[in-house]
Amino acid sequence: MTQRYETVIGLEVHAQLTTNTKIFCGCSTEFGQTPNSQTCPVCLALPGALPVLNQKAVELAIRTGLATNCQIAPRSIFARKNYFYPDLPKGYQISQFELPVCEHGWLDIDLENGERKRIGITRAHMEEDAGKLVHGDTPETSSNSLVDLNRACTPLLEIVSEPDMRSADEAISYLKKLHQIVVYLGVCDGNLEEGSFRCDANISVRPYGQEELGTRAELKNLNSFRFIKQAIEFEVERQIDLIESGGKVVQETRLFDSNTGMTRSMRGKEDAHDYRYVPDPDLVPLVISQEWIEEVRATLPELPEAKRSRFVEELGLTAYDAEVLAADRELADYFDASVALAKDAKSCANWIMGDVLRKLKETDTTIANAPVSPELLTGLLARIADNTISGKIAKKVFEKMWQNGQTADQIIDKEGLKQVTDTGAIESLVDEVIAANPGQVAEYLGGKEKLIGFFVGKVMQASQGKANPGMVNQLLKQKLTGN
Amino acid sequence: MTIHDLTLAELRARLDNRELSAVEVTNAYLERIAATNPDLNSFITVCNETAIVEAQAADQALAAGEVAPLTGLPIAVKDIFNTAGLRTTCASRILENYVSPYDATAIARIKAQKAVIVGKLNMDEFAMGSSNENSAFGAVRNPWNLEHVPGGSSGGSAASIAAHQAAAALGTDTGGSVRQPAAHCSVVGLKPTYGRVSRYGVVAYASSLDQVGPVTRDVRDSALLLQAIAGYDSADSTSVDTPVPDYQANLTGDLRGMKIGLPKEYFIEGLDDDVRKAITDAAATYKALGAEIIEVSLPHTAYAVACYYLIATAEASSNLARYDGVRYGLRDENAEKLIDMYMQSRAAGFGTEVKRRIMLGTYALSSGYYDAYYIKAQKVRTLIRQDFLDVFEKVDTLLTPVAPTPAFALGEKTDDPLQMYLSDIYTIPVNLAGTCAMSLPCGFSAKGLPIGLQLIGKPFDEATMLRTAHAFEQATEWHKRTPKF
Ligand SMILES: [Zn+2]
Repeated sequence: MTQRYETVIGLEVHAQLTTNTKIFCGCSTEFGQTPNSQTCPVCLALPGALPVLNQKAVELAIRTGLATNCQIAPRSIFARKNYFYPDLPKGYQISQFELPVCEHGWLDIDLENGERKRIGITRAHMEEDAGKLVHGDTPETSSNSLVDLNRACTPLLEIVSEPDMRSADEAISYLKKLHQIVVYLGVCDGNLEEGSFRCDANISVRPYGQEELGTRAELKNLNSFRFIKQAIEFEVERQIDLIESGGKVVQETRLFDSNTGMTRSMRGKEDAHDYRYVPDPDLVPLVISQEWIEEVRATLPELPEAKRSRFVEELGLTAYDAEVLAADRELADYFDASVALAKDAKSCANWIMGDVLRKLKETDTTIANAPVSPELLTGLLARIADNTISGKIAKKVFEKMWQNGQTADQIIDKEGLKQVTDTGAIESLVDEVIAANPGQVAEYLGGKEKLIGFFVGKVMQASQGKANPGMVNQLLKQKLTGN
Repeated sequence: MTIHDLTLAELRARLDNRELSAVEVTNAYLERIAATNPDLNSFITVCNETAIVEAQAADQALAAGEVAPLTGLPIAVKDIFNTAGLRTTCASRILENYVSPYDATAIARIKAQKAVIVGKLNMDEFAMGSSNENSAFGAVRNPWNLEHVPGGSSGGSAASIAAHQAAAALGTDTGGSVRQPAAHCSVVGLKPTYGRVSRYGVVAYASSLDQVGPVTRDVRDSALLLQAIAGYDSADSTSVDTPVPDYQANLTGDLRGMKIGLPKEYFIEGLDDDVRKAITDAAATYKALGAEIIEVSLPHTAYAVACYYLIATAEASSNLARYDGVRYGLRDENAEKLIDMYMQSRAAGFGTEVKRRIMLGTYALSSGYYDAYYIKAQKVRTLIRQDFLDVFEKVDTLLTPVAPTPAFALGEKTDDPLQMYLSDIYTIPVNLAGTCAMSLPCGFSAKGLPIGLQLIGKPFDEATMLRTAHAFEQATEWHKRTPKF
């Protein structure tokens, strides 16, 4: 039954821009402060106060627009979206309506079947956030609503996609990609739970082959990727069931309940506001010069997609390794810095994806705070490459480096871990092991060649791991077979 | 010499030579206000205590030789300006007990010069009105005839200056609110070019039209007060960063080569004969002073009032949404639900005219009507602005009436809002065009009510307009008449 219907999804993402001050006043945007401590006449909407646009917020909007292939409008205007709510102090939200700052962009997403798909970005516009309502938590205050306006007037960029996605997976893929980009750009901290990256989803279904879009529902309150996927899947099922049972989808706003995994109606079309959008006469049109755009463009970092292909094409990584390393900007920078020092991209990738990531996870540390810097890591790799230590010893050295931040050389010296490559010294150990295990020697000579591992282990053990394993192997074979 | 009969410039000289102290001057005005305000009702708040403190500070500054042009001068301000620590009511019940925590930029600028704020002036509620009858604190009366209105919305500003309750006042002008009451009270009222004076801290009525302006007894004082408040302010995005010339230095009396235009659309049916004659006489005076008088045309004038009542009300409907009873101002504590709190607080807090304009504006912005009303009005506004830019290619200044009639009687037009709206027919186009204009005394009607003339200047050329006004004032005696009050 599901196979007869095509899902159509469009997404609206609100990304909170990482400015230090609010979009229309000088108040701090810091999260989690005492309620209403970060307010002024402007964001409290006192009589007579006027907004002044934060130029840094504009710069971050341009940055995002460029990274999502949008056209940056040379002239855009701010409009008032009028509605009453206690968390909206002015009785209107300053947003952009007719002329947004960014338009006509796109992002490519990778589908499961390995193909790429282009998702259109209709527009991205700047606006201010509302405050927060806090409900009393004691019996006396439970019927009260308190208003905290610390968040009011913080800058948001609303990024609106075309209805180009055809499944929850595509939607998640687009969202993750967009999320990665805004975090990479440093324009948004990307925190879904704190609400710095919020998503609303417009969902509709239609029989395959039908061109006209079905009636859509708008889903709200989606604060994790998992919930978004769950909510979309539930909603698609709900709409199909409804149509199949002879019902009709109505245009409405629906709230996702993460406890039940279901969506429920919040308000219908008939309750929809007439926002009476009107250009805000308190703000002059936002004029963005080509020079400004180019200035911002020059500061754009290499984006994940470009990084991935460089890692594959220039450094010879596998697609999977490139994906993992490019996913996080700081991890990618760490990798790039390591490759620049060590030249051997593959061993850098192996170590970073293996031991470094493991230690980060174990110690709950971010890559930026890792005690083993790219310099230290590549110092270790150099000692493996020149046979000073074996790979196995290197793991131990790495652990020590992580603990005390010393160089590999310092640890190798101090702990006497230098690999034994002196043929005479190894030879005598080999002789001792052969002499001590006549039974195994006989078995080996009888054809049980696998026992070579046993002998290598014994020799390595006797050398406290410092003997060069290749040499041990070679000498053992020589001695055992007598040639 | 009576202290309260002195102009700003005259007081300045006497403060500077220590003939008078700021405290003496302030006391004289506070006494004058106490004696006259019961009849005029021009003040909502009188600053009996803070004014003396400010005057003492001004005297200290004078003694220390730290003298700015306004130091120690008694100024009253329309109750639309936010004044830290003082009530700022906008003549509305909804802000009846609202004490502002901050100063408007214009206030901060005159305070920085240690001017003395003697009180907050009555006005039409939220500056919506042409008669000052729309005040929650009662109507203001015209000092020339107590049965007549002083004009509005800065009625308190004009009446207080005419009655010498303050040496100068600040008003605001959205569609004529400084010029029309100035004309009705025979004082000088100036509306600067939009963007010349910061709107920060001025309670908004119609943001794209509102502008702060001085109300004074003569043109020199107007220049003096404008000088103090004019100039770019980073807190107002619509203020314009362009140099402010020395306005007083421009008052040369020299009108040679000046071209003054008489727009023919302003001399039409409905224009009172006394007013027509006074303006014609003024044109003759200008001709005698050496100016060239040229008839010009502003073809879209007839659409200005309709255009204004769409744009101004649309903006007002949004600007006044913040008075919701949530954070400050009147709140109906008996409301059961949120929606009731909104509706009951606003129903109780706003007066009839304010409600009418909020409804008009809400309608004009509603889905389905927006294009037909708001967008159309914006297009008309562009044409009106272009009219002015075109005539300013030919002339330096325009000379027109300020209002079609002298001040009407109290209650005469309160039942007929449309008639009331038409009393701003000559002032509204200037706000739509965004340019500067001023009103100055030019005669009296047969009934003894004042008549004002309007000079309209090029954008940001207040200096030439003031020079033109000053020359007329020098050649006439109208500004010297005072009401027998
Ligand atoms: Zn603020």
